[in-house]
Amino acid sequence: MELYQELTKDVRFVEGLNSCMNCGVCTAICPAAEFYDYDPRIIASIVQSKDEKRIEELLKSETIWYCGECMSCKTRCPRGNTTGLIIMALRSLSQDLGYFTESEKGRQQLAIKRVVGENIVYRGYCVLPENLVPELHPEQGPVGEWIYENKEAVYERVGANYNGEGEGALRKIPQESLDEIYRIFELTGGFERFDKIEYFSKKKAKGMGFIDPEEVYPDYVNHIYSTNNGKHSRQ
Amino acid sequence: MKAEGKIRVWQDYQKEIADDHYFYVRSCIRQNFFPGSEQTFLKILRTELGKDIYENPHHTTCSGIGYHSDVVPFDTIQTIVARQFALMTEAGYKNLAASCITSFGIYNEIIETWKEFPSELEKVRNFLKSATGREFEVPQNVAHASDIVYKFRDDIAARKKFSLINQHTGEPLKIVEHIGCHYSKMFPSKGVGGAEFPHVLVGMIESWGGEVIDYPERRHCCGFGFRQYLVMSNRGYSVSNSRKKFESMEPYIPDAILCNCPGCPMFLDRWQYVIEEMEGKTFGENGAGIPVLTYEEMAGLVLGYDPWDLGLQMHQTNVEPLLNKIGIQYNPELKYAGKDGKMIGKPMMVGCGW
Ligand code: SF4
Ligand code: SF4
Repeated sequence: MELYQELTKDVRFVEGLNSCMNCGVCTAICPAAEFYDYDPRIIASIVQSKDEKRIEELLKSETIWYCGECMSCKTRCPRGNTTGLIIMALRSLSQDLGYFTESEKGRQQLAIKRVVGENIVYRGYCVLPENLVPELHPEQGPVGEWIYENKEAVYERVGANYNGEGEGALRKIPQESLDEIYRIFELTGGFERFDKIEYFSKKKAKGMGFIDPEEVYPDYVNHIYSTNNGKHSRQ
Repeated sequence: MKAEGKIRVWQDYQKEIADDHYFYVRSCIRQNFFPGSEQTFLKILRTELGKDIYENPHHTTCSGIGYHSDVVPFDTIQTIVARQFALMTEAGYKNLAASCITSFGIYNEIIETWKEFPSELEKVRNFLKSATGREFEVPQNVAHASDIVYKFRDDIAARKKFSLINQHTGEPLKIVEHIGCHYSKMFPSKGVGGAEFPHVLVGMIESWGGEVIDYPERRHCCGFGFRQYLVMSNRGYSVSNSRKKFESMEPYIPDAILCNCPGCPMFLDRWQYVIEEMEGKTFGENGAGIPVLTYEEMAGLVLGYDPWDLGLQMHQTNVEPLLNKIGIQYNPELKYAGKDGKMIGKPMMVGCGW
Protein backbone atom coordinates (compact mmCIF):
# COMPACT_ATOMS: atom_id res chain seq x y z
CA MET A 1 0.00 0.00 0.00
CA GLU A 2 1.23 3.46 -0.90
CA LEU A 3 0.86 5.36 2.36
CA TYR A 4 1.01 8.80 0.77
CA GLN A 5 -1.73 7.78 -1.66
CA GLU A 6 -3.87 6.56 1.23
CA LEU A 7 -3.44 9.91 2.96
CA THR A 8 -4.63 11.82 -0.10
CA LYS A 9 -7.97 9.98 0.11
CA ASP A 10 -8.69 11.90 3.31
CA VAL A 11 -10.20 15.33 2.56
CA ARG A 12 -8.62 16.67 5.73
CA PHE A 13 -5.20 15.83 4.35
CA VAL A 14 -6.04 17.51 1.05
CA GLU A 15 -7.22 20.55 2.99
CA GLY A 16 -4.30 20.49 5.42
CA LEU A 17 -1.32 20.32 3.08
CA ASN A 18 -0.68 22.78 0.28
CA SER A 19 3.05 23.29 0.28
CA CYS A 20 5.25 23.78 3.30
CA MET A 21 8.22 26.15 3.15
CA ASN A 22 9.60 25.07 6.51
CA CYS A 23 9.27 28.51 8.06
CA GLY A 24 8.37 27.14 11.50
CA VAL A 25 5.61 29.65 12.23
CA CYS A 26 3.31 26.75 13.16
CA THR A 27 5.90 25.51 15.64
CA ALA A 28 6.13 28.93 17.27
CA ILE A 29 2.39 29.04 17.96
CA CYS A 30 1.89 25.36 18.82
CA PRO A 31 0.96 24.47 22.43
CA ALA A 32 2.09 20.87 21.85
CA ALA A 33 5.54 22.06 20.77
CA GLU A 34 5.65 24.05 23.99
CA PHE A 35 5.30 20.93 26.08
CA TYR A 36 6.27 17.85 24.09
CA ASP A 37 9.27 17.02 22.00
CA TYR A 38 7.16 17.92 18.99
CA ASP A 39 7.56 20.10 15.93
CA PRO A 40 4.60 20.48 13.54
CA ARG A 41 6.93 21.90 10.88
CA ILE A 42 8.63 18.51 10.66
CA ILE A 43 5.28 16.73 10.28
CA ALA A 44 4.38 18.91 7.28
CA SER A 45 7.85 18.47 5.89
CA ILE A 46 7.85 14.66 6.15
CA VAL A 47 4.47 14.10 4.51
CA GLN A 48 5.34 16.58 1.80
CA SER A 49 8.50 14.60 1.00
CA LYS A 50 6.27 11.59 0.11
CA ASP A 51 9.03 9.44 1.59
CA GLU A 52 7.14 6.20 2.30
CA LYS A 53 9.63 4.97 4.88
CA ARG A 54 9.52 8.16 6.87
CA ILE A 55 5.73 8.29 6.66
CA GLU A 56 5.56 4.73 7.99
CA GLU A 57 7.86 5.69 10.87
CA LEU A 58 5.61 8.64 11.59
CA LEU A 59 2.51 6.43 11.66
CA LYS A 60 4.20 4.20 14.25
CA SER A 61 5.69 7.06 16.25
CA GLU A 62 4.77 8.80 19.51
CA THR A 63 5.00 12.09 17.63
CA ILE A 64 1.63 12.09 15.86
CA TRP A 65 -0.15 11.67 19.20
CA TYR A 66 1.33 14.84 20.73
CA CYS A 67 -0.87 17.34 18.86
CA GLY A 68 -3.82 18.78 20.80
CA GLU A 69 -5.90 19.53 17.68
CA CYS A 70 -6.35 23.12 18.82
CA MET A 71 -5.93 24.30 15.20
CA SER A 72 -3.91 27.34 16.25
CA CYS A 73 -1.60 26.44 13.35
CA LYS A 74 -4.42 26.95 10.85
CA THR A 75 -4.63 30.66 11.52
CA ARG A 76 -0.91 31.23 11.26
CA CYS A 77 0.55 29.27 8.37
CA PRO A 78 1.47 31.69 5.58
CA ARG A 79 0.91 28.91 3.02
CA GLY A 80 -2.52 27.93 4.31
CA ASN A 81 -1.47 24.53 5.66
CA THR A 82 -2.98 23.05 8.81
CA THR A 83 -0.73 20.58 10.56
CA GLY A 84 -3.57 19.71 12.92
CA LEU A 85 -5.59 18.39 9.95
CA ILE A 86 -2.59 16.46 8.59
CA ILE A 87 -2.27 14.91 12.05
CA MET A 88 -5.93 13.84 11.99
CA ALA A 89 -5.40 12.05 8.68
CA LEU A 90 -2.21 10.40 9.97
CA ARG A 91 -3.94 9.23 13.15
CA SER A 92 -6.83 7.75 11.17
CA LEU A 93 -4.45 5.83 8.93
CA SER A 94 -2.33 4.71 11.89
CA GLN A 95 -5.46 3.20 13.46
CA ASP A 96 -6.60 1.60 10.21
CA LEU A 97 -3.26 -0.16 9.85
CA GLY A 98 -2.84 -1.05 13.51
CA TYR A 99 0.37 0.99 13.77
CA PHE A 100 -0.97 3.00 16.71
CA THR A 101 -0.14 0.20 19.15
CA GLU A 102 3.57 0.66 18.44
CA SER A 103 3.72 3.78 20.62
CA GLU A 104 2.83 4.44 24.24
CA LYS A 105 0.72 7.46 23.30
CA GLY A 106 -0.95 5.68 20.39
CA ARG A 107 -1.99 2.74 22.59
CA GLN A 108 -4.12 5.18 24.61
CA GLN A 109 -6.71 5.12 21.82
CA LEU A 110 -8.29 2.04 23.39
CA ALA A 111 -8.95 3.88 26.66
CA ILE A 112 -10.54 6.78 24.76
CA LYS A 113 -12.65 4.44 22.63
CA ARG A 114 -13.86 2.52 25.69
CA VAL A 115 -15.08 5.68 27.44
CA VAL A 116 -15.80 8.50 24.97
CA GLY A 117 -16.53 6.27 21.98
CA GLU A 118 -18.97 4.05 23.83
CA ASN A 119 -20.63 6.99 25.59
CA ILE A 120 -21.46 8.46 22.18
CA VAL A 121 -23.07 5.31 20.83
CA TYR A 122 -24.84 4.04 23.92
CA ARG A 123 -25.68 7.27 25.77
CA GLY A 124 -25.58 10.04 23.16
CA TYR A 125 -22.95 12.06 25.04
CA CYS A 126 -19.16 12.29 24.81
CA VAL A 127 -18.76 12.75 28.55
CA LEU A 128 -21.01 11.88 31.49
CA PRO A 129 -21.01 12.73 35.19
CA GLU A 130 -20.46 9.02 35.96
CA ASN A 131 -17.07 9.19 34.19
CA LEU A 132 -15.69 11.77 36.59
CA VAL A 133 -14.64 9.24 39.21
CA PRO A 134 -12.49 11.17 41.72
CA GLU A 135 -9.60 8.65 41.66
CA LEU A 136 -9.35 9.00 37.88
CA HIS A 137 -9.90 12.76 37.99
CA PRO A 138 -8.05 14.11 41.01
CA GLU A 139 -7.76 17.47 39.23
CA GLN A 140 -11.49 17.95 39.69
CA GLY A 141 -10.67 18.68 43.31
CA PRO A 142 -12.93 18.50 46.35
CA VAL A 143 -15.72 20.36 44.55
CA GLY A 144 -15.60 17.84 41.72
CA GLU A 145 -15.80 15.07 44.30
CA TRP A 146 -18.77 16.76 45.98
CA ILE A 147 -20.56 16.98 42.63
CA TYR A 148 -19.74 13.34 41.85
CA GLU A 149 -20.99 12.10 45.24
CA ASN A 150 -24.21 14.15 45.02
CA LYS A 151 -24.91 14.11 41.30
CA GLU A 152 -28.71 14.03 41.40
CA ALA A 153 -29.10 16.81 43.96
CA VAL A 154 -26.42 19.13 42.55
CA TYR A 155 -27.62 18.85 38.97
CA GLU A 156 -31.22 19.31 40.04
CA ARG A 157 -30.29 22.47 41.98
CA VAL A 158 -28.79 24.17 38.93
CA GLY A 159 -31.69 23.32 36.65
CA ALA A 160 -30.34 20.26 34.82
CA ASN A 161 -32.50 17.26 33.97
CA TYR A 162 -30.00 14.51 34.81
CA ASN A 163 -31.25 11.20 33.35
CA GLY A 164 -34.73 12.70 33.03
CA GLU A 165 -37.23 12.54 30.20
CA GLY A 166 -37.72 15.50 27.85
CA GLU A 167 -35.37 18.39 27.26
CA GLY A 168 -32.67 19.88 29.45
CA ALA A 169 -29.03 19.39 30.35
CA LEU A 170 -27.94 15.75 30.85
CA ARG A 171 -31.41 14.47 29.89
CA LYS A 172 -31.73 10.81 28.98
CA ILE A 173 -31.40 10.56 25.21
CA PRO A 174 -34.46 8.65 23.92
CA GLN A 175 -33.72 5.08 22.79
CA GLU A 176 -35.00 5.67 19.25
CA SER A 177 -32.41 8.44 18.85
CA LEU A 178 -29.65 6.19 20.19
CA ASP A 179 -30.78 3.58 17.67
CA GLU A 180 -30.25 6.13 14.90
CA ILE A 181 -26.77 6.94 16.17
CA TYR A 182 -26.05 3.20 16.25
CA ARG A 183 -27.10 2.81 12.61
CA ILE A 184 -25.01 5.84 11.65
CA PHE A 185 -21.98 4.17 13.26
CA GLU A 186 -22.73 0.92 11.41
CA LEU A 187 -23.00 2.60 8.05
CA THR A 188 -20.27 5.22 8.14
CA GLY A 189 -17.34 3.21 9.41
CA GLY A 190 -17.66 4.23 13.05
CA PHE A 191 -17.85 0.63 14.28
CA GLU A 192 -15.14 -0.41 11.86
CA ARG A 193 -12.84 2.12 13.58
CA PHE A 194 -13.89 0.81 17.00
CA ASP A 195 -13.32 -2.80 15.94
CA LYS A 196 -9.85 -2.03 14.63
CA ILE A 197 -8.89 -0.25 17.84
CA GLU A 198 -10.12 -3.26 19.84
CA TYR A 199 -8.53 -5.87 17.57
CA PHE A 200 -5.05 -4.37 17.40
CA SER A 201 -5.08 -3.36 21.07
CA LYS A 202 -5.97 -6.88 22.23
CA LYS A 203 -3.22 -8.27 20.08
CA LYS A 204 -0.81 -5.82 21.65
CA ALA A 205 -2.08 -6.52 25.17
CA LYS A 206 -1.42 -10.22 24.64
CA GLY A 207 2.01 -9.46 23.23
CA MET A 208 2.80 -7.37 26.29
CA GLY A 209 1.91 -10.28 28.54
CA PHE A 210 -1.53 -9.18 29.77
CA ILE A 211 -3.82 -12.12 30.34
CA ASP A 212 -7.61 -12.01 30.27
CA PRO A 213 -9.70 -15.00 29.24
CA GLU A 214 -12.66 -12.63 28.76
CA GLU A 215 -10.57 -10.62 26.26
CA VAL A 216 -11.58 -7.28 27.80
CA TYR A 217 -8.14 -6.50 29.26
CA PRO A 218 -9.06 -4.04 32.02
CA ASP A 219 -5.47 -4.15 33.35
CA TYR A 220 -4.14 -3.17 29.96
CA VAL A 221 -6.63 -0.28 29.84
CA ASN A 222 -5.51 0.90 33.30
CA HIS A 223 -1.92 0.57 32.16
CA ILE A 224 -2.29 2.65 28.99
CA TYR A 225 -4.41 5.23 30.82
CA SER A 226 -1.84 5.92 33.50
CA THR A 227 1.59 5.04 32.07
CA ASN A 228 4.05 7.75 31.16
CA ASN A 229 7.63 6.78 30.43
CA GLY A 230 8.72 10.36 31.06
CA LYS A 231 10.46 10.62 27.69
CA HIS A 232 7.87 12.70 25.87
CA SER A 233 8.35 16.22 27.06
CA ARG A 234 10.77 18.83 25.85
CA GLN A 235 12.86 18.89 29.07
CA MET B 1 -4.58 54.65 10.71
CA LYS B 2 -7.37 57.03 9.77
CA ALA B 3 -10.73 56.31 11.37
CA GLU B 4 -12.42 55.29 8.11
CA GLY B 5 -9.52 52.92 7.34
CA LYS B 6 -9.99 51.34 10.74
CA ILE B 7 -13.70 50.96 10.14
CA ARG B 8 -12.99 49.29 6.81
CA VAL B 9 -10.54 46.82 8.37
CA TRP B 10 -12.94 46.14 11.19
CA GLN B 11 -15.74 45.33 8.75
CA ASP B 12 -13.79 42.26 7.70
CA TYR B 13 -14.22 40.97 11.20
CA GLN B 14 -17.98 41.26 11.55
CA LYS B 15 -20.23 38.27 11.25
CA GLU B 16 -23.92 37.95 10.76
CA ILE B 17 -25.77 36.67 13.81
CA ALA B 18 -29.43 35.73 13.46
CA ASP B 19 -31.86 37.89 15.39
CA ASP B 20 -34.42 35.32 16.54
CA HIS B 21 -35.77 31.75 16.12
CA TYR B 22 -32.87 29.57 17.11
CA PHE B 23 -32.48 25.79 17.21
CA TYR B 24 -30.39 25.11 20.31
CA VAL B 25 -27.80 22.35 20.50
CA ARG B 26 -26.14 21.65 23.83
CA SER B 27 -22.55 20.97 24.79
CA CYS B 28 -21.48 17.71 26.46
CA ILE B 29 -18.81 19.41 28.56
CA ARG B 30 -21.04 22.27 29.64
CA GLN B 31 -23.90 19.96 30.59
CA ASN B 32 -21.47 18.23 32.95
CA PHE B 33 -19.62 21.23 34.35
CA PHE B 34 -21.75 24.32 33.69
CA PRO B 35 -25.37 23.20 33.28
CA GLY B 36 -26.45 26.39 35.05
CA SER B 37 -24.88 28.42 32.23
CA GLU B 38 -26.95 26.72 29.56
CA GLN B 39 -30.04 27.18 31.71
CA THR B 40 -29.20 30.86 32.15
CA PHE B 41 -28.65 31.34 28.42
CA LEU B 42 -32.15 29.99 27.69
CA LYS B 43 -33.66 32.06 30.49
CA ILE B 44 -32.05 35.30 29.25
CA LEU B 45 -33.17 34.68 25.70
CA ARG B 46 -36.68 33.61 26.53
CA THR B 47 -37.65 35.74 29.51
CA GLU B 48 -35.42 38.82 29.26
CA LEU B 49 -35.25 39.21 25.49
CA GLY B 50 -38.46 37.46 24.40
CA LYS B 51 -36.71 35.33 21.78
CA ASP B 52 -37.79 32.00 20.38
CA ILE B 53 -35.23 29.27 21.04
CA TYR B 54 -36.16 25.64 20.66
CA GLU B 55 -34.50 22.52 22.03
CA ASN B 56 -35.37 19.11 20.68
CA PRO B 57 -34.72 16.40 23.31
CA HIS B 58 -33.74 14.02 20.49
CA HIS B 59 -30.58 15.91 19.64
CA THR B 60 -27.39 14.23 20.78
CA THR B 61 -23.72 14.96 21.14
CA CYS B 62 -22.11 16.08 17.89
CA SER B 63 -19.44 13.48 18.84
CA GLY B 64 -16.80 16.21 18.59
CA ILE B 65 -14.64 15.08 21.50
CA GLY B 66 -14.55 11.60 20.00
CA TYR B 67 -13.71 13.10 16.61
CA HIS B 68 -10.92 15.29 17.94
CA SER B 69 -9.50 12.41 19.94
CA ASP B 70 -9.66 10.43 16.70
CA VAL B 71 -11.90 7.52 17.69
CA VAL B 72 -14.77 8.84 15.53
CA PRO B 73 -14.16 8.93 11.74
CA PHE B 74 -14.99 12.00 9.67
CA ASP B 75 -17.87 10.28 7.80
CA THR B 76 -19.46 9.36 11.12
CA ILE B 77 -19.35 12.82 12.63
CA GLN B 78 -20.53 14.38 9.38
CA THR B 79 -23.60 12.15 9.47
CA ILE B 80 -24.28 12.79 13.17
CA VAL B 81 -24.10 16.52 12.44
CA ALA B 82 -26.39 16.05 9.45
CA ARG B 83 -28.88 14.39 11.81
CA GLN B 84 -28.85 17.47 14.06
CA PHE B 85 -29.52 19.57 10.94
CA ALA B 86 -32.37 17.24 10.00
CA LEU B 87 -33.99 17.73 13.42
CA MET B 88 -33.64 21.47 12.87
CA THR B 89 -35.13 21.31 9.39
CA GLU B 90 -38.04 19.16 10.57
CA ALA B 91 -38.83 21.67 13.32
CA GLY B 92 -38.88 24.51 10.79
CA TYR B 93 -35.77 26.33 12.01
CA LYS B 94 -32.91 27.78 9.96
CA ASN B 95 -30.68 29.32 12.61
CA LEU B 96 -28.46 27.04 14.63
CA ALA B 97 -27.31 28.17 18.10
CA ALA B 98 -24.48 26.01 19.43
CA SER B 99 -23.62 26.00 23.12
CA CYS B 100 -20.28 24.32 22.48
CA ILE B 101 -17.23 25.72 20.71
CA THR B 102 -15.96 22.30 19.68
CA SER B 103 -19.35 21.74 18.04
CA PHE B 104 -19.37 25.24 16.59
CA GLY B 105 -15.98 24.58 14.98
CA ILE B 106 -17.20 21.24 13.68
CA TYR B 107 -20.42 22.64 12.22
CA ASN B 108 -18.35 25.25 10.41
CA GLU B 109 -15.71 22.73 9.29
CA ILE B 110 -18.35 20.38 7.92
CA ILE B 111 -20.37 23.09 6.15
CA GLU B 112 -17.15 24.43 4.59
CA THR B 113 -16.12 20.89 3.57
CA TRP B 114 -19.47 20.44 1.83
CA LYS B 115 -18.93 23.68 -0.07
CA GLU B 116 -15.47 22.66 -1.19
CA PHE B 117 -16.13 18.97 -1.71
CA PRO B 118 -19.80 18.62 -2.83
CA SER B 119 -19.30 14.86 -3.15
CA GLU B 120 -18.94 14.72 0.66
CA LEU B 121 -22.35 16.37 1.05
CA GLU B 122 -23.93 13.88 -1.36
CA LYS B 123 -22.33 10.98 0.49
CA VAL B 124 -23.57 12.26 3.85
CA ARG B 125 -27.12 12.83 2.55
CA ASN B 126 -27.15 9.18 1.48
CA PHE B 127 -25.71 7.95 4.76
CA LEU B 128 -28.29 9.86 6.77
CA LYS B 129 -31.19 8.78 4.60
CA SER B 130 -30.21 5.11 4.78
CA ALA B 131 -29.48 5.18 8.51
CA THR B 132 -32.46 7.23 9.68
CA GLY B 133 -34.73 8.05 6.73
CA ARG B 134 -34.10 11.75 7.44
CA GLU B 135 -33.27 14.62 5.10
CA PHE B 136 -31.85 18.01 5.94
CA GLU B 137 -31.14 21.58 4.89
CA VAL B 138 -27.85 23.25 5.73
CA PRO B 139 -28.49 25.98 8.36
CA GLN B 140 -28.68 29.52 7.04
CA ASN B 141 -26.96 30.90 10.10
CA VAL B 142 -24.63 29.21 12.56
CA ALA B 143 -24.00 31.15 15.76
CA HIS B 144 -22.20 30.24 18.91
CA ALA B 145 -24.23 31.05 22.02
CA SER B 146 -21.65 33.71 22.93
CA ASP B 147 -22.30 35.42 19.56
CA ILE B 148 -25.94 35.73 20.55
CA VAL B 149 -25.17 37.14 24.00
CA TYR B 150 -22.72 39.52 22.27
CA LYS B 151 -25.42 40.62 19.85
CA PHE B 152 -27.79 41.45 22.70
CA ARG B 153 -25.16 42.74 25.16
CA ASP B 154 -26.60 46.24 25.24
CA ASP B 155 -30.14 44.92 25.78
CA ILE B 156 -28.75 43.01 28.74
CA ALA B 157 -26.95 46.16 29.92
CA ALA B 158 -30.24 48.05 29.73
CA ARG B 159 -31.74 45.56 32.24
CA LYS B 160 -28.74 45.33 34.51
CA LYS B 161 -28.94 45.31 38.30
CA PHE B 162 -25.15 45.38 38.73
CA SER B 163 -22.21 46.72 36.75
CA LEU B 164 -18.74 45.27 36.47
CA ILE B 165 -17.49 48.04 38.75
CA ASN B 166 -15.51 47.53 41.94
CA GLN B 167 -17.84 48.86 44.65
CA HIS B 168 -14.93 49.60 46.97
CA THR B 169 -12.90 51.70 44.53
CA GLY B 170 -15.46 52.81 41.95
CA GLU B 171 -13.10 51.55 39.23
CA PRO B 172 -14.10 49.18 36.41
CA LEU B 173 -13.26 45.56 37.18
CA LYS B 174 -10.20 44.28 35.34
CA ILE B 175 -11.20 41.27 33.31
CA VAL B 176 -8.99 39.02 31.22
CA GLU B 177 -10.71 36.98 28.56
CA HIS B 178 -9.98 33.62 26.99
CA ILE B 179 -11.58 32.62 23.70
CA GLY B 180 -11.88 28.94 22.80
CA CYS B 181 -9.44 28.02 20.01
CA HIS B 182 -12.10 26.51 17.75
CA TYR B 183 -14.22 29.67 17.93
CA SER B 184 -12.25 31.56 15.30
CA LYS B 185 -8.79 30.09 14.76
CA MET B 186 -10.12 27.63 12.19
CA PHE B 187 -12.46 29.95 10.34
CA PRO B 188 -11.67 33.54 11.34
CA SER B 189 -14.63 34.95 9.41
CA LYS B 190 -17.02 32.87 11.54
CA GLY B 191 -16.11 34.63 14.79
CA VAL B 192 -16.81 38.21 15.86
CA GLY B 193 -13.49 40.01 15.43
CA GLY B 194 -11.84 37.11 13.58
CA ALA B 195 -8.88 35.24 14.99
CA GLU B 196 -6.73 38.32 15.48
CA PHE B 197 -9.14 40.64 17.29
CA PRO B 198 -11.82 38.44 18.84
CA HIS B 199 -14.34 40.90 20.16
CA VAL B 200 -17.10 38.61 21.33
CA LEU B 201 -16.19 38.76 25.04
CA VAL B 202 -14.62 42.22 24.89
CA GLY B 203 -17.96 43.61 23.72
CA MET B 204 -19.78 42.08 26.69
CA ILE B 205 -17.21 43.22 29.27
CA GLU B 206 -17.22 46.79 28.02
CA SER B 207 -20.98 46.96 27.66
CA TRP B 208 -21.42 45.81 31.27
CA GLY B 209 -18.97 48.33 32.73
CA GLY B 210 -15.73 46.35 33.05
CA GLU B 211 -12.30 46.92 31.57
CA VAL B 212 -10.58 44.39 29.32
CA ILE B 213 -6.99 43.68 30.25
CA ASP B 214 -4.68 42.55 27.49
CA TYR B 215 -2.04 39.99 28.39
CA PRO B 216 0.64 38.39 26.20
CA GLU B 217 -0.73 34.83 26.14
CA ARG B 218 -4.32 35.93 25.58
CA ARG B 219 -4.67 33.77 22.48
CA HIS B 220 -2.77 30.74 23.77
CA CYS B 221 -4.73 27.48 24.08
CA CYS B 222 -5.95 26.54 27.58
CA GLY B 223 -4.35 23.15 27.03
CA PHE B 224 -7.41 20.91 26.70
CA GLY B 225 -5.92 19.12 23.70
CA PHE B 226 -8.71 16.47 23.77
CA ARG B 227 -6.62 13.27 24.29
CA GLN B 228 -4.14 15.42 26.25
CA TYR B 229 -6.69 15.80 29.00
CA LEU B 230 -8.86 12.69 28.54
CA VAL B 231 -5.99 10.33 29.34
CA MET B 232 -4.62 10.74 32.84
CA SER B 233 -0.96 10.36 31.92
CA ASN B 234 -1.16 13.20 29.37
CA ARG B 235 -2.55 15.85 31.68
CA GLY B 236 0.83 17.54 32.18
CA TYR B 237 0.24 19.06 28.73
CA SER B 238 -3.03 20.52 29.85
CA VAL B 239 -1.89 22.04 33.15
CA SER B 240 1.35 23.39 31.63
CA ASN B 241 -0.49 25.33 28.96
CA SER B 242 -2.98 26.76 31.46
CA ARG B 243 -0.07 27.68 33.68
CA LYS B 244 1.55 29.62 30.86
CA LYS B 245 -1.62 31.70 30.66
CA PHE B 246 -1.84 32.26 34.44
CA GLU B 247 1.76 33.45 34.58
CA SER B 248 1.10 35.79 31.71
CA MET B 249 -2.01 37.35 33.27
CA GLU B 250 -0.78 37.43 36.90
CA PRO B 251 1.10 40.78 36.72
CA TYR B 252 -2.11 42.57 35.65
CA ILE B 253 -3.92 41.48 38.84
CA PRO B 254 -7.17 40.55 37.07
CA ASP B 255 -10.43 40.44 39.01
CA ALA B 256 -11.78 37.60 36.86
CA ILE B 257 -11.20 35.43 33.80
CA LEU B 258 -14.06 35.32 31.29
CA CYS B 259 -14.40 32.41 28.83
CA ASN B 260 -16.64 31.43 25.94
CA CYS B 261 -15.55 27.80 25.58
CA PRO B 262 -17.00 24.77 27.37
CA GLY B 263 -13.74 23.26 28.59
CA CYS B 264 -11.57 26.34 29.11
CA PRO B 265 -13.35 27.73 32.18
CA MET B 266 -13.29 24.30 33.81
CA PHE B 267 -9.57 23.87 33.13
CA LEU B 268 -8.66 27.41 34.13
CA ASP B 269 -10.68 26.88 37.31
CA ARG B 270 -9.43 23.40 38.25
CA TRP B 271 -5.78 23.83 37.24
CA GLN B 272 -5.44 26.80 39.60
CA TYR B 273 -6.40 24.43 42.41
CA VAL B 274 -3.97 21.77 41.19
CA ILE B 275 -1.07 24.22 40.93
CA GLU B 276 -1.76 25.44 44.43
CA GLU B 277 -1.89 21.86 45.74
CA MET B 278 1.34 20.95 43.99
CA GLU B 279 3.40 24.08 44.54
CA GLY B 280 1.49 26.37 46.87
CA LYS B 281 1.36 28.92 44.06
CA THR B 282 -1.71 31.07 43.44
CA PHE B 283 -2.16 33.72 40.78
CA GLY B 284 -4.83 36.10 42.10
CA GLU B 285 -4.92 39.02 44.49
CA ASN B 286 -3.92 38.51 48.16
CA GLY B 287 -2.92 34.91 47.61
CA ALA B 288 -6.35 33.90 46.26
CA GLY B 289 -7.17 32.29 42.95
CA ILE B 290 -8.61 34.22 40.02
CA PRO B 291 -12.36 33.54 39.68
CA VAL B 292 -13.23 32.05 36.29
CA LEU B 293 -16.64 32.66 34.75
CA THR B 294 -18.59 31.71 31.67
CA TYR B 295 -20.21 34.58 29.75
CA GLU B 296 -23.67 33.43 30.81
CA GLU B 297 -22.63 33.41 34.46
CA MET B 298 -21.31 36.95 34.02
CA ALA B 299 -24.50 38.04 32.23
CA GLY B 300 -26.57 36.42 34.99
CA LEU B 301 -24.68 38.31 37.71
CA VAL B 302 -25.16 41.59 35.84
CA LEU B 303 -28.88 40.82 35.60
CA GLY B 304 -29.03 40.17 39.35
CA TYR B 305 -29.60 36.40 39.26
CA ASP B 306 -28.75 34.38 42.36
CA PRO B 307 -25.14 33.10 42.09
CA TRP B 308 -26.20 29.65 43.26
CA ASP B 309 -28.94 29.49 40.60
CA LEU B 310 -26.19 30.17 38.08
CA GLY B 311 -24.18 27.22 39.40
CA LEU B 312 -21.20 29.15 40.77
CA GLN B 313 -20.98 26.63 43.63
CA MET B 314 -19.71 24.13 41.03
CA HIS B 315 -16.45 26.07 40.71
CA GLN B 316 -13.38 24.97 42.64
CA THR B 317 -11.76 28.42 42.64
CA ASN B 318 -13.89 30.67 44.83
CA VAL B 319 -16.05 33.26 43.13
CA GLU B 320 -16.88 35.17 46.34
CA PRO B 321 -14.05 37.75 45.94
CA LEU B 322 -15.62 38.79 42.65
CA LEU B 323 -19.18 38.81 44.04
CA ASN B 324 -18.00 41.02 46.91
CA LYS B 325 -16.34 43.48 44.55
CA ILE B 326 -19.46 43.76 42.38
CA GLY B 327 -21.53 44.20 45.53
CA ILE B 328 -23.76 41.18 45.01
CA GLN B 329 -25.68 40.04 48.07
CA TYR B 330 -25.66 36.28 48.45
CA ASN B 331 -26.43 33.81 51.16
CA PRO B 332 -23.29 31.77 51.93
CA GLU B 333 -25.46 29.32 53.91
CA LEU B 334 -27.29 28.33 50.73
CA LYS B 335 -24.20 27.77 48.60
CA TYR B 336 -24.33 24.00 48.97
CA ALA B 337 -28.08 23.67 49.41
CA GLY B 338 -30.28 21.57 47.17
CA LYS B 339 -33.48 22.60 45.46
CA ASP B 340 -35.39 22.10 48.72
CA GLY B 341 -33.00 24.42 50.63
CA LYS B 342 -31.41 21.55 52.58
CA MET B 343 -27.62 21.15 52.52
CA ILE B 344 -26.23 18.62 50.02
CA GLY B 345 -23.17 17.92 52.14
CA LYS B 346 -20.22 20.19 51.54
CA PRO B 347 -16.97 19.91 49.58
CA MET B 348 -14.00 19.00 51.79
CA MET B 349 -12.27 22.17 50.72
CA VAL B 350 -12.99 25.04 48.39
CA GLY B 351 -10.09 26.99 47.10
CA CYS B 352 -7.70 27.93 45.98
CA GLY B 353 -6.12 30.39 48.37
CA TRP B 354 -9.29 31.10 50.29
S1 SF4 C 1 3.74 27.49 9.14
FE1 SF4 C 1 3.11 26.41 7.27
S2 SF4 C 1 4.78 26.73 5.80
FE2 SF4 C 1 5.57 27.25 7.83
S3 SF4 C 1 6.51 25.34 8.58
FE3 SF4 C 1 4.41 25.35 9.34
S4 SF4 C 1 3.23 24.22 7.78
FE4 SF4 C 1 5.19 24.79 6.85
S1 SF4 D 1 -3.43 21.69 16.01
FE1 SF4 D 1 -1.72 20.45 16.75
S2 SF4 D 1 0.01 21.06 15.46
FE2 SF4 D 1 -1.56 22.67 15.25
S3 SF4 D 1 -1.02 24.22 16.81
FE3 SF4 D 1 -2.53 22.84 17.75
S4 SF4 D 1 -1.30 21.28 18.82
FE4 SF4 D 1 0.06 22.32 17.34
